[in-house]
Order: sequence, then structure tokens, then C-alpha cells
Amino acid sequence: MAAPRVTSGLQRVLLMLKNVHFKLGYRIVASRKQYSTVYDPNEKTFEKILIANRGEIACRIIKTCKKMGIKTVAVHSDVDSNAVHVKMADEAVCVGPAPTSKSYLNMDAIMEAIRKTRAEAVHPGYGFLSENKEFAKRLAAEGVTFIGPDTHAIQAMGDKIESKLIAKNAKVNTIPGFDGVVKDTDQAISIAREIGYPVMIKASAGGGGKGMRIAWNDEETREGFRFSSQEAASSFGDDRLLIEKFIDNPRHIEIQVLADKHGNALWLNERECSIQRRNQKVIEEAPSTFLDPNTRKQMGEQAVSLAKAVQYSSAGTVEFLVDSQRNFYFLEMNTRLQVEHPITECITGLDLVQEMIRIAKGYKLHQKQADIPIKGWAVESRVYAEDPYKSFGLPSIGRLSQYIEPLNLTNVRVDSGIKEGSDISIYYDPMISKLVTYGSTRAEALQRMVEALDSYVIRGVTHNISLLRDILIHPRFVKGDISTKFLPEVYPDGFKGHQLSDNGRRELLATAACLYVALQLRSRRFIGNQRVSTSHKEQNRWELSLKLDKDTHAVTVFSTGSLFTVELDGKRLNVTSEWNLASALLPVTIDGTQRTMQCLSRDASGNVSLQYLGTVFKIQVLNRKAADLNKHMPEKVPEDSGSILRSPMPGSVVAVSVKPGDMVSEGQEICVIEAMKMQNSMTAARTAKVKTVHCKAGDTVAEGDILIELGMD
Amino acid sequence: MAALATLRNASSLFGGYRFIYKNLVASRSHVWDSVQPNWNLQQRWYAVSHLSVQERIDKKREAARLGGGQARIDAQHKRGKLTARERVELLLDPDTFVEYDMFVEHRCSDFGMDSAQNKYPGDSVVTGQGRINGRLVYVFSQDFTVFGGSLSGAHAQKICKIMDQAVLVGAPVIGLNDSGGARIQEGVESLAGYADIFLRNVLVSGVVPQISLIMGPCAGGAVYSPALTDFTFMVKDTSYLFITGPDVVKSVTNEDVTQEELGGAKTHTAVSGVAHRAFENDVEALLNLREFFNFLPLSNKDPAPVMECHDPSDRLVPGLDTVVPFESTKAYDMLDIIHGIADERDFFEIMPNYAKNIVVGFARMNGRTVGIVGNQPKVASGCLDINSSVKGARFVRFCDAFNIPIITFVDVPGFLPGTAQEYGGIIRHGAKLLFAFAEATVPKITIITRKAYGGAYDVMSSKHLRGDVNYAWPSAEVAVMGAKGAVQIIFRGKENQAEAEAEYVETFANPFPAAVRGFVDDIIQPSSTRMRICRDLEVLVNKCQTNPWKKHANIPL
Repeated sequence: MAAPRVTSGLQRVLLMLKNVHFKLGYRIVASRKQYSTVYDPNEKTFEKILIANRGEIACRIIKTCKKMGIKTVAVHSDVDSNAVHVKMADEAVCVGPAPTSKSYLNMDAIMEAIRKTRAEAVHPGYGFLSENKEFAKRLAAEGVTFIGPDTHAIQAMGDKIESKLIAKNAKVNTIPGFDGVVKDTDQAISIAREIGYPVMIKASAGGGGKGMRIAWNDEETREGFRFSSQEAASSFGDDRLLIEKFIDNPRHIEIQVLADKHGNALWLNERECSIQRRNQKVIEEAPSTFLDPNTRKQMGEQAVSLAKAVQYSSAGTVEFLVDSQRNFYFLEMNTRLQVEHPITECITGLDLVQEMIRIAKGYKLHQKQADIPIKGWAVESRVYAEDPYKSFGLPSIGRLSQYIEPLNLTNVRVDSGIKEGSDISIYYDPMISKLVTYGSTRAEALQRMVEALDSYVIRGVTHNISLLRDILIHPRFVKGDISTKFLPEVYPDGFKGHQLSDNGRRELLATAACLYVALQLRSRRFIGNQRVSTSHKEQNRWELSLKLDKDTHAVTVFSTGSLFTVELDGKRLNVTSEWNLASALLPVTIDGTQRTMQCLSRDASGNVSLQYLGTVFKIQVLNRKAADLNKHMPEKVPEDSGSILRSPMPGSVVAVSVKPGDMVSEGQEICVIEAMKMQNSMTAARTAKVKTVHCKAGDTVAEGDILIELGMD
Repeated sequence: MAALATLRNASSLFGGYRFIYKNLVASRSHVWDSVQPNWNLQQRWYAVSHLSVQERIDKKREAARLGGGQARIDAQHKRGKLTARERVELLLDPDTFVEYDMFVEHRCSDFGMDSAQNKYPGDSVVTGQGRINGRLVYVFSQDFTVFGGSLSGAHAQKICKIMDQAVLVGAPVIGLNDSGGARIQEGVESLAGYADIFLRNVLVSGVVPQISLIMGPCAGGAVYSPALTDFTFMVKDTSYLFITGPDVVKSVTNEDVTQEELGGAKTHTAVSGVAHRAFENDVEALLNLREFFNFLPLSNKDPAPVMECHDPSDRLVPGLDTVVPFESTKAYDMLDIIHGIADERDFFEIMPNYAKNIVVGFARMNGRTVGIVGNQPKVASGCLDINSSVKGARFVRFCDAFNIPIITFVDVPGFLPGTAQEYGGIIRHGAKLLFAFAEATVPKITIITRKAYGGAYDVMSSKHLRGDVNYAWPSAEVAVMGAKGAVQIIFRGKENQAEAEAEYVETFANPFPAAVRGFVDDIIQPSSTRMRICRDLEVLVNKCQTNPWKKHANIPL
């Protein structure tokens, strides 16, 4: 699309100047530096790299390229033409319409873009074409460097069955299971019985939790087989499945490896990724609290020997399941840059993207195994546009009407590919960003993460900050007592938001009351001669009634300037703040404790939504008189949720299995919604006759759309 | 000296009276008549005479406060409605209500109306003045507990009195309507009362803001008072507005219709466009009215109010750079733009559920109230039709009447074609919006965000209609029509239509044709829109423009 903008020589000089700044400790950059891109101007590298990806990972790669003086080409779908990665890159090429199969997975268009822009190498990021051997082959055929491992390594490790065999041969611990492709449901059941329940059914070509189901009995095996093969087909275009023993209550710990084309391989320590929902990672940290140096070394060495066994080059990740006895089993190897690579960068100081580019160019690794440190502790939270109250996170979409990353804090890194005004669409992964914090100790890193989550402003889409923050302060997590079962164990009835302590409730109510008073005081402050009565002196005592959930609290606020004294539940609290009513953040000090709350909405009816400890609470604040009179107001009858099935997320209807007049029993599947390539079975809330069906297969539905109505009997 | 002596006398008199009053309080439990003889013994006659008046005052006040009595108050509560006085108390700042005419009684003597039990001090309306956030307002609140809030001559007279005074001092009038209609027992006197109010509604129109909040029934002739005021708000489920009720409708047209369907909040906010907004219940409605009141100047002699503002006027809004979609056929939400530029994202939308293809409402820019008008591409592509033209025109005229600057966001593909529109008189109604923008002399700032096609471009506060500052975003397209239609006319018969279209797009689908002629003052980065508007408003604050003298203009009604 766009022609190269600046002559390469001049741009190179400019970039070098920028890098000098960087090395000298240019103020802002230096304070946010989590890895060092050691730029050696004498080491010849690629002129131009095309990034065959989008979003945060494309931005992440472009950043390193810029530091290395490499020109960048972004590819994008038409809906992404204003995306951040497109703006960041030196050139951009549109490779097709929104659906990934027509754009980011469209190899023909991407190959064409490479030819047009004369990019010498391609960085695939993660997902999309990153582990596609066909793509790597086509690049090789045209003499374009694939920044990743060689085709045979991708092939060997991409196939779960083959990879397991290779691992076994390389003396890597593996999980008992069936080493072959499962043909059909019946075979799946017989294999499952043989291995013994529970079993894991997963896509042979899979990754990222897609096409993966756990079965505890024959019935679940049957259902799991069906869903997994459909998901596998739509996600990877390959519906082959395999089955293995499911290790109950394990930890998911992975080893980052880095190998060059000269037979050198390093392990860059582990990442603890046990906090997962539906087999997708939520919070990762490095190092793991669980590993002792010995286990770490064993795992690292096995990972390296596996890498060597497939002549691996580039960055890769060997995933292990670790049981409570610190026995570890090889799970799979990801032959790409991993989503959670930043935490490894934080504790090792390496720039993995730079290393990948160097390795692809054929350079040897600078480091020896002994040079790889564990410096401090790093935590990563995956901030998603999803509703954590529904199965720990169902995708949500929308426009980011306000978006402010907490970069005012030190030791915070945010990898994102969106900005205020960006759309989170149904076409792509709903990740908003990876929020990474680090510190010299784990406690420091966790504390900073909590602060960063509190100061992170995301409006316009539902997000999972409430869940992330609640996990971070959970005693089990703080202790490091976690497993992949953490979420269902800690929240057996699903996540319902932060549960307030008495003290927490007081802090929340006091802040809501003070915010109300600050607003009331401000609403009399007309500037200039606005004929405001001067005979009434400013009110300084406020009798209020606050409603939170079903409970009503009588609160008295005394205001003197910006200091408010609050009386509630027989306690007195002093609340101070600047009361900047336009700011998205509401920093308050309550009896000396600093809290960063956020006011999401407020209206004239006294309703205020405050984000406190990550969770949004709805409070109604009324003066005592209004509250008294409010008693006479009629209760509006809420909708009967048992009779109406609404779409829990935006997506498309895959199948509707009932028609009006059908009898359905409680829990029976009545339709299937696909969103973000996950199929979700929607079930009847009770036994009833179907009254109306509002959707049909192929329909696109928005969150909250009525799908099916049940009759009263 | 003489004055001082009088004062002294008066104060001693007052002291004596106070003493007596204490006794009175002590003997409160006694029935009035039985107490009187005792005082005759104890006090001089003139004091007793005072006492008797004072007692009567207290008694009347107490009766007035109770309206139609406790049973009717309870019934009112049971309906989910507040009493007239509770409403006033909630609407106004605490202890600021000054009541007028508490002692006024109706003057009807027919049908036994002159009997003592049919006299209620204050009759069926509470009137007076008070403060909302410190600013003066006149209020009347109809009392449903007294004869169903029906309008007597006295009732009307009370309302007229406060309206007259509101004009004298320049303060808004708020009416809280809850009335069964005319007082049938009074006949023509009641009708005369309505007319007196209507006349004042008309004369006051454009002098001070008039707001009606319908909080119960409002039927028959009574509906025309709210209809004449600037804003009509309703309470959901408990308020109704109609000329004739369901029974009459049934007997005349044989239609079966419920009160709610005929004249409920939903009907009037979404279908008829009679009401400007509806609220969940009485409490919410009154609290929202307080908030709304803060946007308005007190009279046409006051400037638009400026409030303390914490939102920086030079704040950039990065989200606006991407709000207009890449494809010019794709919709977006004009509210995203409005919320983005307004102080604290605060926008009080007027008629949010009616003629949704145009968005109107109040916001603040750097603290100052502005009226915002925007085409809504999300609904019917933001085209102008009969309803949206009328909705926009009325809003623009209100702003102009009360010195409120108008910010217009333009993304309009034109007027809606079709027989329904033509037969309905789109020409006449569309002209209203044109008229309103053209005659407005308040500061007018216009931003063309995308399409400004055809006559609709002219209408939407264009430079040609005396727009003070007109901006275009880079995505703006100002042209007579879209590419497809235009190409069929100018390149008729040309073989390669696609090429012709591309040529047209290249020439017209951008802001340059308007910019080179000075029809837009600048092409601005969308993210800087808020900053530019705030600056311009500061420049335009002293704008002074007058239209030629006339008795009044003749807007095409």
C-alpha cells in the first residue's frame, strides 16, 4: 500500500540517534524498561521485517525492530486499518476482510504483501500462522526468513502425537495416554476407559485451550469429542483428536528455551501458569514459588534436550504439568513466542524478540546457561474484554470509550495493541492487554500489580479486572498454593465479585457518600453572576441514606473543605481527596489508607457505580428525605430470567435444537453460540415448553439478545 | 423617633403575644370552642382577638398542609405517587420553599361545594417559589388529594399569580401536574382558568424557561398547558396525557386502548413526541429535574450558566480519531462523539427515544451550558425526516431564546425520500429546522464529521446560515449527493461507471471543496474538537447579533 517513506540510510541514522538516547537513560523509556535491547550497530541485521500478526504482539515486535533499526511492515484486515500496530509500522498492507481466515490467515495475501514490500523476514507472533509449517515452507521457497524454528521442528512439535514420541525418546517425562489419532466417539470411549477416567480430549493441532475438553465419564467423552472436533476444525482446520490421562490438580509450569542454529540451547527458567480458566491462562508469574533449584534444573535440562532433539532454533516453550510431588510431565512444546514471554524478559533482562531476530539471522547466542539470572519477580495479568461473572470470562465486545494504562506507576509494563477509541470486535481475541509488574520480591510485584489494576481505566467494554484483582489478594494465591483447579476451587459457584469485609463495606460506603456530597457542593458553584442565593450558607452536614445490594445504611457526612468526616454504623471515618469530579480515577485517603477507586457512572437519581478493590459496586445515595419518600415508590418487577434465554455474549448461532412447542427439560441444550471460536452450549433453565425461538443457525447475536423464550408450564 | 417608639411598642406587643402563644401551645389538646371562654377570663379582649386569628391561621395552615386528608394521602402513596407538598420539598433546596396563597379557597357554591367540608385552604394546588441549587424558581404543584387536583378558578388564579411574578423577576416556572382536569362544579370558571394559564404560558414563552413534569393524570384541555411549555417530562407508569380518555375513544372511534397505550410515558416519549423524557418514579423525576435545571439560564436576560468544571478545556479526545468508520456506509454512534467532547461525558439528552435519527440535548463545555444537535448515523443513516426536523427545530429555538450556544455535529445523507414523507409535509417540517438554525443568533459552532449532502448540508447550521465557526473533520464529504447518484446524472451513459464514481469521490468525498471556498473555517483533527470548541466559545461569549425588527417571524408551522 504505502511506499517506503524515508530513504533507508537516513532512517537508520535517526534510529541510531534514538537508541543513543535510549541507552543514555532517556527519562520515560528508562523508567519503563523491563528488558534491554542490546543494539549492536555493527551486527548486520534484516533491513525490513513483516509482522504477520495484529494487536499487542505485533506492537511488541515492532518496538524491538525499531530499537534494532529494522523497518517494519504491518499487515492488517480492513477493520484494523486504524489499529495501533498499523500506525506504528513503517508500512502497512491490507490483506483482506475482517474474518481471520480471509486476512491474518490468508497466506496468499500475506505472501503478496511480502513480495510487494520486499520484506526480508517475517515474524509471525503467536497464534495465526506462527506454528503453520505450510507458511514456513512457502516463505523458505521464496527466500524469506521465518523468524522462528525450522519447518521440521514446527511439524514435529505441532503434532501432539509425534511430539510425545520425540519427547519420550529424548528422555523427557511424558503423560500416559493413547499415542494416536482417535477415529470416532466409540473409539474415544474405549480408549478413555482403558487409560482410566479422567481423560483429556484435545485437538492434535491445537493450542491455547481451544478444542480441549476434560471428560469424567462416557457421556462427557461423547460430548467432549463432538465439541472438540468442531472447535478444532474451525480453529485449526484439522479435526484430529487425541486422548490422554488427565492429571488431577496439577500445576502448569513451562520452561522458556532459546536455541540458535549452531546447536546452542539455553533454558531461561520457568513460568508458573497455573491460574487458568477453561485451559486458558489468566495470571502468570516467573519464577514459580513451587520449584526448587533442583526441579528447575531438571525441567530446564529436559526442555533443552527436547529442543536439541528437534534441532530447534529460536525461542520456544516446553510446557509441563507438575503434580503435588513435583513430578513433572511433558505436555507440549510451543514453537513460537509465547503470550506470557514478558515475565521471562523481566527476570532475565533479555529481549526475546531481539534474540529471535538475531537467531533467525544466523547469529550465535551471546549467553551461556550460567549467565541466565533470576532477577526479582514478575507477574503478568491478562486483561481481557470479557465478563468474569460468566464462567470466569465470556467475551464481550465494544468500543473503548475511555482507556488509560497505569503507566504512571513504576515497574509496570503494559503490552497492548489498542488505544482509546479502539473496537474490541467479535473477529479477534478479546485480549485488551498484558499487564506486567515486577519487583525485587514476589510481594512487591504483587502489590504493584494490585495498584496497577486499580489505576487501569477501561470503559466501554466489560473487563476481567475484578477477577484478576481478587485472585491476587486471595490468601491461597498469596501463599503460592495454586493449581490449574484454583478458580473452580476458590470460586465453586463461579466468580461473584469481591466479597466485602465489614471494613471494606464502610470504606466503600463512606467514599460513595463523600462523592455525593462533593457533587452536591459543586452543583451550587456557578461561576460569575448567576443569581445564586447568598442568604443560605453552604451546607456542611449531610444526612444520607445509602443502599448497597438490599441493605440500607444511614450515613452522616460533615464537610469542611475537601476533608469529609463520615459517620456510619457507629464508626467515624475521615475521608480526603482532591475530589476531581472529571477524573476517571478517584484516589481517596480513608483514615490514612490510600485507595484508588474509580467512578464508572453516576446519575441524578443518586446511583453511583464505584470500582473498589477491582469490583464494581452499585450504590444508591439519597438524602434522608428522598430516601424516606422513596419508600412509597413502586417496585418495578424484574424480568423472569428462567423463562428467557439471552445470549451471554456476542457471537453467532451455530445450532438451534428446538422449535416452538417442544418440551425441554432442565439443563437440556437448546442452542449453541459460537464466539471467539469457542462453542458454548446454552441450556434450558427449567423444564418447560418452548414458547418462541428468536434465532436461527447462522444469526449474529449481540450480548443480551433474547434467543429463546420458554412458556410458563 | 416616632418610628423607634412604634417599633418598641410593636416588640412589646409581640412579646406579649409570644407569652400568650405559649399558653396556647400548652392547651393545644383542648377543642378550640371549649378553650375560648378561659382566655376571655384571663386576657384583655384585643389579645384574645389576636389569638383567635392566630389560631385560625394555624388551623388553616395545618389543614392546607394536609391537603385532602390523611386517607387520600395514603391512597396517593399507595399509587406510588408522592403528595404535592412532598414533591415540592424534594424538588427544592431544603427550607427554601416560600408558599403563596395558602389561604385561597375555591369560590364555588353550586352542588353543595360551599359546605365547610368541601373547602380546603389552598385548594387543589400548592404554589410558591424556592431555590434549586441556590437559584430562584417558581413552582406550582397540583394536589391530587383535593378534588383529584381538579382546576378551579382559584386554582388557576394561584398558578397565574406565580407565573406573573416569575416574569417580573425573571425566574423559571416549573409545573408539577397531577390533576383530573376541570372542576366540573365550577363550569365555565374552570375553563376560564385554563385559558388564563394558557395565555400566560404563551406570553412567558421565551422569557423564562417553563418546565412541566407530569406526575399523574393530565387530560382534556389541561394538556395544553404542558404542551405550551418548553419541556414536558413524565413519570413512567403513573402519568398520562391525553385529550380524551380510553372510554371516549371507545365510544367515538370504537378503538380499544388502555390509558398507558393512549397517553402513557412510553407513548409520548417514543411515538407522539409530546414528552421530552420519562423517569422511573416521582423521586427520580424530581432529582433529575434538579439536575436539568442547572443547565438552564433563569431567563432570557441571563447568559447560559457556567459551572465549576474540573474537566480540562484543552483535553484531547484520542477516541474521536477513530470513531468514524473506514467505510463511509458504516454506521457509528454520534453519542460517542458527544460524550467524548462534553465536560465529564455528561449529556442530558432531550427526547432520547423519539426521532432517534437526530440527537439533541444539553451538555457543558468548560462549564458553560451548550445545546448539542447531531445527526445520528446509527438510526436511518442520520437522515432528516419530518419528526427529526421538528425535534431539532424546537430544541434549537429553545437554545436561541435562552442564550445557549449551539454545537451541531453533521453527518447527514439528506432528507428521507418517499411518499410518506412528502404527503406528511416534509417540505414544511424540514423548513422548520432550516428556519430555526437561520434565525438563531446565539453562538453557533458546526462540525461536519462525515456526510453533509444536499439541502440537508445547508440546513444543519451551515456557514451560509450564519454559523460562527464551521469545522470539517478529515472524513467530511460535502456534496450535493453521494457518488452513486451523482455519477448517474453527470456521467450518464458513460461506460465505466466505477471509474466515474472514483473520479467523483476523489473530487467531492473530502472536505476540500468546502474548505477552499471558506464554507468551513478549518479542517481539524477530530481529537482536538473539544479543545477547539471550548476556545471558540470563549471567543464567541460576547457575540451580539440582532435580526431585523419584526412583530414576530412566521415560522412555517
